Amino acid sequence: MQLLANYVYLIGYSFAIFVLISLGLAVIFGMMRVINLAQGEFIMLGAYVCVEATKAGMPLWLAIIVAGLAVGAFGIVVERLIIRFLYGRILDTLLATWGLSLFLVGGVTILYGPQSESVGATLGNFQIGDISYSRYSLVVIIVAVVLLVGTYAFWRFTRFGLIVRGTMQNAGMAAAMGINTGLVYMLTFGFGAALAGLAGGVLVPIVGASPQLGVSYIAKAFITVIAGGPLPLLGTSAASALFGTIDGIVSYKSSTVVSEVAVLLIAIVLLRLLPLGITGRLRRGL
Amino acid sequence: MKFDRRQLFRTATGALAYASSASLLKTARLHAEEPIRVGNILDKTGGLNIYSLKQIVGVAMAVDEINAAGGLLGRPLELHFYDSQSDNQFNSQYATQALAQDQVKVIHGGITSSSREVMRPVVRKFGGLLFYNSLYEGGVCDKRHVSTGMVPAQQLEPLVDYVVKEQGKKKGYILAADYNYGQITSKWMQKMIREAGGEDMAVEFFALDVNNFAPVIAKIQAAKPDVVWSVLVGGAHIAFYRQFEATIGKKNMMLASTTYGVGREQTELSAQEGDGIIIGTSFVDSLPTAEAKAFVDKFHKYAGNNEYVGEYGEYGYRGVSLWAEAVKKAKSAEPDDVIAALDGVSVNGGGGKYTIDGKTNHTTMDIHIVKGNATQTFDVIKSFPQRPPKDTQLVCDLVKNPDDTTQYEPKI
Repeated sequence: MQLLANYVYLIGYSFAIFVLISLGLAVIFGMMRVINLAQGEFIMLGAYVCVEATKAGMPLWLAIIVAGLAVGAFGIVVERLIIRFLYGRILDTLLATWGLSLFLVGGVTILYGPQSESVGATLGNFQIGDISYSRYSLVVIIVAVVLLVGTYAFWRFTRFGLIVRGTMQNAGMAAAMGINTGLVYMLTFGFGAALAGLAGGVLVPIVGASPQLGVSYIAKAFITVIAGGPLPLLGTSAASALFGTIDGIVSYKSSTVVSEVAVLLIAIVLLRLLPLGITGRLRRGL
Repeated sequence: MKFDRRQLFRTATGALAYASSASLLKTARLHAEEPIRVGNILDKTGGLNIYSLKQIVGVAMAVDEINAAGGLLGRPLELHFYDSQSDNQFNSQYATQALAQDQVKVIHGGITSSSREVMRPVVRKFGGLLFYNSLYEGGVCDKRHVSTGMVPAQQLEPLVDYVVKEQGKKKGYILAADYNYGQITSKWMQKMIREAGGEDMAVEFFALDVNNFAPVIAKIQAAKPDVVWSVLVGGAHIAFYRQFEATIGKKNMMLASTTYGVGREQTELSAQEGDGIIIGTSFVDSLPTAEAKAFVDKFHKYAGNNEYVGEYGEYGYRGVSLWAEAVKKAKSAEPDDVIAALDGVSVNGGGGKYTIDGKTNHTTMDIHIVKGNATQTFDVIKSFPQRPPKDTQLVCDLVKNPDDTTQYEPKI
């Protein structure tokens, strides 16, 4: 019982982290096909906005939402100034967003100094058997699931979601139907950025905000989305579940080092067997 | 204009002659005030900069102070700073640049053991001198390398004694950073815990960018040790102290560390997250001595703020002071002359008296066991005056084997 609770907790937590760091990228890279190397820095910016907002006296939950909105707005600015000129030019986008990533790391370092900052999450802990767990990690898991389900429902069941999916599938046709595709691209990019900002805000009480924060997440995020395959949301959740399970079990059974190796190994094998990713064979879905 | 070979040759010779005559003139005229160049290679940026930021200030302060007092041997010091960006590749690149191009007489710097190990061969190749101002796992036996920080026999042995023997926390669970410092220090830890009559239940390593410690915290709770030993390093690993407090809590399990505090971790954590952690140190701002107070005041005035200084800030100042004392003794700044003069060089600094042992090029110093408190600083529990670097002395003798360059490791 104790052991089961342990595994459920560790797998859930690891799954939540994979979801949080890759959901925004699933939208921006998975749906829009924009290789955004600055995605990690969006997470980092979210973390800083959250720290600033709590310093200004906001409660943490509000600060997290503010982080999402602020980074979403920043994403829209980035889309207008840089990305929109580069749709379809994959290599150019890659270079431009890499430059943006370096710029953001440098800018935040100058602004805040290179040290890390944090906010305390004083929710305390709870016990199962004689092992205590952090309450805040439950919050992390819940937020991740809510974001995942919310994003799915938004894309799947709203009119806006339908327009977005149509535009991503065939922008020319969508435009011919009278849809302002530029606007749709802009809002979708902003949405992906906002998800990253929220992730940064949620993670900051656990990992702290530092200029280098995004660097440690970007590779994992891309691996998750790529392993997920052509259906960005379903694929990303499936890949997060797979990697989270492996990470949760192996890191407890063995060690964190081995679990990172195991996750990468599984990703390689997976992409060898299913070159298009987990959802490569599925015809429909999101 | 057409250039034939002869003309090109003539022009080139002329240019060369002109350039060298100017530099000859300059050398002749300014020889008396020709500055002594001092290199400082530290991480101003990157994930490990928490250890370097104050040390950069400490080195600059020592150099400025020496210059204000008229320089060394009548010559001013000229400080060359290189940002190694928490990336070992830059350590080797800048060490080469400092020695070959900028002609520095000494390099102060390197924070991680891996950065030191990439610089040592470079320093050897160019016949330079490296002052490594950092606590580390001990055992480096190299005349071109001077260690001014703590080694395990100085820091860890009294810490293990206090925790295992005095506090009776016998069962220990070790968490270490996954590179040579963590690997070797955890070996020392196992050895010393066993010798003190304790038990090392497990050792686990973490890559420097790991910031999720939930799995190991669950494992620790299943294993139920008396004390968790942290040899964690860098900005990402600070997350461990947050996550430990949010789950197990130091009131339920003791937490001891060789690295906590030197990166000023307590200033980045909340008061509660830092309260109660036990460390071994040669300098904390709150040492109850007049020297420590004077040093901290001086540092605050120089830096223009009242931030916590900490061990590594003091190390920067300590390293330059010891080197300057050796230069005075040698009456020369040439690396080989300074190396010959190192034995017995001694200065009084913020943490008391530091003396270089010429047999090992390591430093004897006072050590304190301290405990983090609720005001984000440390209370001194116990002090051990003038502890020698015994572990390295057992294996290293540079007087007998001046060409030794080995790093000796403990056997368990």
